[in-house]
Amino acid sequence: MRLELTAEQRQARAEFRGFAAAEIAPHADAWDRAEAIPRELVDRLRGRGWLGANLAREHGGRGLDMITYGLLTEEIARGCSSVRSLLTVHDMVAHAVARWGSREQRACWLPLLARGEALAALALSEPNAGSDAAAVETTARTDGDAWVLDGRKKWTTFGQIADLFLVFARAEGGPAAVLVERETPGLAVRPLRGIVGTRASMLAELFFDGCRVPKGNLVGRPGFGVSHVAATALEQGRYSVAWGSVGIGQACLDACRGYAAERRQFGAPLADHQLIRALLAEMIVNVRAARLLCLRAGWLRDAGDPGAPAETMAAKYFASTMATRAANDAVQIHGANGLTEEFPVARYLRDARVMEVIEGSTQIQQITIPLFDFQEF
Amino acid sequence: MDETQPQIKEFLSRFFKSHDLQPDDDIFALGFVNSLLAIQLVAFVEKTFGVRVEDEDLDLDNFRSIRAIADLVARKTGAAAPA
Repeated sequence: MRLELTAEQRQARAEFRGFAAAEIAPHADAWDRAEAIPRELVDRLRGRGWLGANLAREHGGRGLDMITYGLLTEEIARGCSSVRSLLTVHDMVAHAVARWGSREQRACWLPLLARGEALAALALSEPNAGSDAAAVETTARTDGDAWVLDGRKKWTTFGQIADLFLVFARAEGGPAAVLVERETPGLAVRPLRGIVGTRASMLAELFFDGCRVPKGNLVGRPGFGVSHVAATALEQGRYSVAWGSVGIGQACLDACRGYAAERRQFGAPLADHQLIRALLAEMIVNVRAARLLCLRAGWLRDAGDPGAPAETMAAKYFASTMATRAANDAVQIHGANGLTEEFPVARYLRDARVMEVIEGSTQIQQITIPLFDFQEF
Repeated sequence: MDETQPQIKEFLSRFFKSHDLQPDDDIFALGFVNSLLAIQLVAFVEKTFGVRVEDEDLDLDNFRSIRAIADLVARKTGAAAPA
């Protein structure tokens, strides 16, 4: 495992960091309050090739190595977790289609996803199906040359603006994954507001009522929708969320460094008080540790190592719980200021909490990680 | 083929430590096949044998046993060979 970034990776990180500092971070609080990100930002991300950046060049993607992709995710998340979540869900679908899509689906959709010309969203969660993904109640039945979908999806990230949904449904033969275009008759999209964290991630509820799509829209085969298609998407999502959590942790550290240096109590900067330093030390070390776990997961992913999914899970677990602790401490360091909208740390805390729920909750990781602990590849 | 089955057995044995897996043992019937293992198994097959598992290969019978996986690999490598 290589511990140092290459010159190209450092250069790419500088580009990501510069963009996030100039174009994202200054607006993140306003987007959070508005519960939306502007279309112009999506256009700029698209213009830089950062939507579907994980797709191979043969499909029109940037073909980023997994380390550079992780750096992109961290830097975007350092600016705004909602923007990061756009990359996360779009790339989850792109990855799943690249992995399990038919030749026709890959030829049709991957160039559009790689260029960000079609935004994609993952429609898995339902009112009664969260961690138990196989328990989805949405149904898909065959009717002539079509799949017909009925049911309801909830918490679909960027569902408000997505052009393409990867929908998971119950079918004869087991769980199935089906691509559904936004304008398909029988699909209604309703914005979902009032979420606590990643508030600008433009959540939606999806309602399928006799929604017919061509049979060729099935991804994978019936019975493998959850075990392979969703699992592939979620594995990609965990990698993204892990790096995104590092971004939150780093943002907390950035905010606290400045605040602790300037804010004075008892005649001295906060940073001179030992208990504040203890909080900063925990934050510094844990952000670094989380980043190292992410780097290891990325290195294994690049190598195509069968151990990569388990390592990614470990990275997601540690990084997301780290982000919650870091953000909680960041609020504490900021005192009453940390509880206001005048400082970003309250947003970081709300966003961090989301990271422990999505793409496999902390408890799901705790159940699963020990099962795979003994692997050596 | 002679090399394939031992490699598959070595990989799967990490997950079935208390069981001496035989070529025709049904790994699904033995339990402990969850979605994480499922995608790890695909990654293992692809990395170890240099094949791509396609959507049409998604059939439980292709992954049910050491022999079934070895047969899948044989078919994939045969298909990839020059005509």
